Amino acid sequence: MTDLSASKSGSLLTEDKRTAKRNAAEKRFRAYGLGAILLACLMLVLLLISIVTNGASSFKQTYMAFPVTVSQEEFDAAEGSILKTGAYNKMLQSALMDYLVANDLLGDATEDDVKNMISGEAAADVRRMLLANADVIGTEIDFSLLANGRIDGYFKGRVTRETAALDTKITAAQLDLADRMTEDGSMVTRFNWSFFTNPDASVQRPEAAGLGVAILGSLYMMAVVLCLALPIGVAASIYLEEFAKKNWVTDVIEVNIANLAAVPSIVYGILGLAIFINFAELHQSSPLVGGLVLTLMTLPTIIISTRASLKSIPPSIRDAALGVGASKMQSVFHHVLPLAAPGILTGTIIGLAQALGETAPLLLIGMVAFVKEYPAAYSSELGLFGEASTALPVQIFNWTTRSDPAFVERASGAIITLLIFLLMMNALAIFLRKKFERRW
Amino acid sequence: MSFLKLSASTLAIATISATTAAARDNVQVAGSSTVLPYASIIAEFFGENSDFPTPVVESGGSSAGLKRFCEGVGENTIDIANASRAIRDSEIATCAENGVTDIVEVRIGYDGIVFASDINGAEFAYTPSDWFLALAAELPVDGAMVANPNTSWSEANADLPSQPIIAFIPGTKHGTREVFEEKVLLQGCEDTGAFEAFMAINGGDEDAAESSCMAVRADGLSVDIDGDYTETLARIEADNNGIGVFGLSFYENNTDKLQVATMSDVVPSTESISTGEYPVSRPLYFYIKAQHVGTIPGLQEYASFFVADELAGPDGPLAAYGLVSDPELAATQEAVANLTTMGN
Repeated sequence: MTDLSASKSGSLLTEDKRTAKRNAAEKRFRAYGLGAILLACLMLVLLLISIVTNGASSFKQTYMAFPVTVSQEEFDAAEGSILKTGAYNKMLQSALMDYLVANDLLGDATEDDVKNMISGEAAADVRRMLLANADVIGTEIDFSLLANGRIDGYFKGRVTRETAALDTKITAAQLDLADRMTEDGSMVTRFNWSFFTNPDASVQRPEAAGLGVAILGSLYMMAVVLCLALPIGVAASIYLEEFAKKNWVTDVIEVNIANLAAVPSIVYGILGLAIFINFAELHQSSPLVGGLVLTLMTLPTIIISTRASLKSIPPSIRDAALGVGASKMQSVFHHVLPLAAPGILTGTIIGLAQALGETAPLLLIGMVAFVKEYPAAYSSELGLFGEASTALPVQIFNWTTRSDPAFVERASGAIITLLIFLLMMNALAIFLRKKFERRW
Repeated sequence: MSFLKLSASTLAIATISATTAAARDNVQVAGSSTVLPYASIIAEFFGENSDFPTPVVESGGSSAGLKRFCEGVGENTIDIANASRAIRDSEIATCAENGVTDIVEVRIGYDGIVFASDINGAEFAYTPSDWFLALAAELPVDGAMVANPNTSWSEANADLPSQPIIAFIPGTKHGTREVFEEKVLLQGCEDTGAFEAFMAINGGDEDAAESSCMAVRADGLSVDIDGDYTETLARIEADNNGIGVFGLSFYENNTDKLQVATMSDVVPSTESISTGEYPVSRPLYFYIKAQHVGTIPGLQEYASFFVADELAGPDGPLAAYGLVSDPELAATQEAVANLTTMGN
């Protein structure tokens, strides 16, 4: 008691020892909190800086333009050989050589230097173009073709004079030539649309690699997830929340759903491999299997958020509906569900965003693959979403394992693309919540 | 209610698409991550030079690829397995059990394994003995096994720089590890005379002596890399004293960051490997499920395209990427053309 009376004595305006201690503790706590946030922000900024500095350059690409004439004889000879694109490549190389000599750009570059300036993809582009327009054979065509990955890297700062001196795949003479061609206007670096539309390319052609197949594959999977997880998840939540009796069975189900949401995603991959591929005999690497696996993974997230938003609707709404003679089902579908829709949508979009960035389960069902053909949404042989494809996160994983350093840039560019998609989805979720949310 | 209808119809669609498993029109390949770059180069060329769609090439390792290859015959199994080692008898037996009886073995060429360090570091000239003395878990001293005392390269071999030993070697799931153990560690063990010493200690048990030769120290000076060569490169960039084990093609793509060490005074290159001078190399293979030829369009065409002179030959794109072309390519081409199965 003496202690208590002692602390009560003295003015309120002067800080006694215990108050000072409590105030100091509060200040410390605030400092810890601020420190934690600053640390998190710093890490995020570092991550973003490293990704953007590595990857921003993948949105630009170096092209070179020079005239090429393919005669009918050359065309026939090329089409008659085994390695047709190899024959076209030789034509392109000699056309570039002719152009450089005619415009006095060659300098001290050797024939081999000139040959390696052109990307391997260029020959394939030319062949596709000639097959599509047979009437241009024999005439002079101005092609805009991809430059080799190392040359491209020179204009992006990835390849410098110092690294080129050590690098066996590029020579200083080639860089000089690239500089002269830029001055001449026959070599330009411009925005890289094909990064978003091109399919993947092999290790020898990093300059041609794009995200086309991966974006398409991710899109198909998201369509599968949306069409399956949303109706199943919403139906399950409505039943559990509005119709099911509260007893131990529903409790067990509830605990299990919460547990499922925390199961490592690779487990769903193992399950998908066993059920969808080995048992149901769906196709390896197909967006359908990927979508089904991601549906399983996303369901708990959607069920939990849907139940939470159904719970937040006041009972008075249900009571009023029932009071004017609506059936239980009418009260749910006419009143509760529309009011809960913003919350359900938000949960679904966040679940989808999670599924979009998921890699681990896709590794097991064969989506980490080299896929060059655009997957069709439907084919008569393989059914809906049955053609092999990759997905954005596995494409990133795939590119980080390739030997050519240009793929590091591509992988970072793909990460930026994925982050932009995720940001857009999360922004949409916030927008929908802000616009339609009602508070009681 | 609309979404009940929606869910019912989507489920129906999913079931329908599940039942319409008909002929797929592309070749499916899986297996070794070492063969993957070569296979994807060929797949790309095959797609743009033929009327067939580009094959789908997955990686995942030689063993995983062969396991899937042996799962059975049918459109839902892969057509070709890539491997950085020859198929084992046990795998052939598993294959036979599951009905995969007609396997065509195709050797595509040779791949060199090189030792490389940071470009700004010291130069190294190794022999297999140096690696054995640096990485062995235990060394024989006066008839007893003692833990490897060497902590710097100069302790393993006085001619090497006195740089601390930090080695990044492929993990046990890689086929490359097997080659490293047999062609470097075991060789070094025999060259230094440690093999006989181990034999003596183990009472003449050859297998025990061999496993002692190939046991790698676990005190942190040797690090197993289970990822890809890009991970090894990142580790060397972080620790400039590190020496890494790479594939020749990976090194050739990164000569601005890495310098290669000689092995027994031979500089690794496609030439020195093809003549057999450079000792650490291994053959690469792929295996065709001959029972799928005729069902899967383009399968045999892809295989014969792969081994054609224009592609797998010494002037082809594979050699340009670092594959040491097989001098017996003609025999391989004939085997693919006739679909000569293993055991025939």
